Amino acid sequence: MCFTTMIESTVDIAKTSTGKTLRTEEMVVNMGPQHPSTHGVLRLEVVLDGEIVVDVIPHIGYLHRCFEKHCEHMTSYQQVIPYVDRMDYVAAMTNEHAFVVAAEKLLKIEVPERVHYIRIIMAELQRIASHLIAIGTFGIDMGAFTPFLYYFREREKILDLFEMTCGARLLYNYMWIGGLSHDLPPQFIDKAKEFCRDFKKTWKEVNDLLNYNEIFIKRTANVGVLPKELAINYACSGPMLRGSGVDWDLRRDDPYTLYDRFEWNVVVGKGEMGTVGDVWDRNIVRQNEMWESLRIIEQALASLPEGDVQKAIPKRIRPLPGDAYGRIEGPRGEIGFYIVADDSVTPYRIKARAPAFVNLSVISEIAKGAMLADLVAIVGSIDIVLGEVDR
Amino acid sequence: MTAQDIYDILKAQFGDAILEAKLDGVPDPFISIQPEKIREVSEFAKNDERLKFDYLMCLSGVDYKGKLGVVYHLFSMTHRHKIVLKVQVPTDSPNVPSVESIWKAANWHEREAFDLYGIHFVGHPDLRRILLPYDWEGHPLRKDYEVPEFYNGMRVPY
Repeated sequence: MCFTTMIESTVDIAKTSTGKTLRTEEMVVNMGPQHPSTHGVLRLEVVLDGEIVVDVIPHIGYLHRCFEKHCEHMTSYQQVIPYVDRMDYVAAMTNEHAFVVAAEKLLKIEVPERVHYIRIIMAELQRIASHLIAIGTFGIDMGAFTPFLYYFREREKILDLFEMTCGARLLYNYMWIGGLSHDLPPQFIDKAKEFCRDFKKTWKEVNDLLNYNEIFIKRTANVGVLPKELAINYACSGPMLRGSGVDWDLRRDDPYTLYDRFEWNVVVGKGEMGTVGDVWDRNIVRQNEMWESLRIIEQALASLPEGDVQKAIPKRIRPLPGDAYGRIEGPRGEIGFYIVADDSVTPYRIKARAPAFVNLSVISEIAKGAMLADLVAIVGSIDIVLGEVDR
Repeated sequence: MTAQDIYDILKAQFGDAILEAKLDGVPDPFISIQPEKIREVSEFAKNDERLKFDYLMCLSGVDYKGKLGVVYHLFSMTHRHKIVLKVQVPTDSPNVPSVESIWKAANWHEREAFDLYGIHFVGHPDLRRILLPYDWEGHPLRKDYEVPEFYNGMRVPY
């Protein structure tokens, strides 16, 4: 028996309707590491009582690539950025953003306004791209294939914008400490405006098609409820935390760049279809956040200041001994980097506080008592990227 | 609340358990704590009405060569203030009380610090390796770590 293990101690006898006796016992099933709905190489050791989940023990680390160790063996701080890209490969731009925010805090660098604006535009485009994958693949987990195709088409347009700017579609090395690797190309602004205009139609279409679909609601409402206090105790962040009704967004509440100049709203789960903090809430937070991101992008494009994006890039990066923790609001939540410097040109220690790593740790709590099929919905709604969980 | 106020409250409560603090001129103000007292200090910091540090942003292990450290980044959702707590223990007996019972978020972070640094968190309910295989030997993020030549009897080309 390679997939299941019987636990002898919980053997129980049950009677069927015809009076026959049946042996019932708890069963351990491995979900993953090769399973389509674990979104990567995650193994969940699931203890089942029939179809009811008694316990979930996640096993991670299948994609561990020692990035934190690698970062200590570079020849400069700048060389860390490509590694940071590869941690969260579906939202590389926001990971770079978090790292440069932490490094600039350590080095006390002020970047020009234009750099801030372009970083905001890129981070919000990346947030949309990441949420498109999250919602698209979550739809597939729930049996809805079409939204995935619609959303991936839109994501391609965002990747085209990134490619136009820095030459890469997934792993950019675009945000540098003190500036950016390239300024925006001349045609970028028109193309980005065109994307914002077109995407609104698809957004509305998929919102009706998926989120207010009766079957989808039945699968997701009242499932995997994460209460507010538990979410804070587990340090959940991003749509996980806001889905549970906590009005909290680092962009507004711990501002790290010029987000206070734009008008936008923090989206919070309200329990519209069931309970506050259920799977449906987390999904609708992502959906509505994309709309708010579009608003930020449009305002930033309209008021983009002029300037040299490479003016503040230091010639040589050698911080004084000390440490700094910088954090930003990524698509999955709080991305933080804790950098320890020791008066050399390489970091002494870098710790990545990956939001998916922290969010995933709550799964044992919220999956207890759910059906096995609902476990798929719960894992999908956490929106994990295993590259970031395992680093 | 400023870092100085937080320091004053903790100093008044714990006295000698608060070793040193750097509150100005650094990116993140920090307070060093006696390692044996970290659980009491954390519990107080979480439950005291003035402090209410209910959110553990990050927990990191650090190798200071000869000493191992744990760094706690705390945040209060209620009062919106931050503080950093630091503890240091000798490398040959790296025992730090676990704060898992105070912030559940510490569970995986402490497992990670145990896995990569070998810091033993006393009182942790499930202190297993988390990122590396369960049969891995050594703690790779220590500065004196050497890449092993063999893994389970197989030569590792590196």
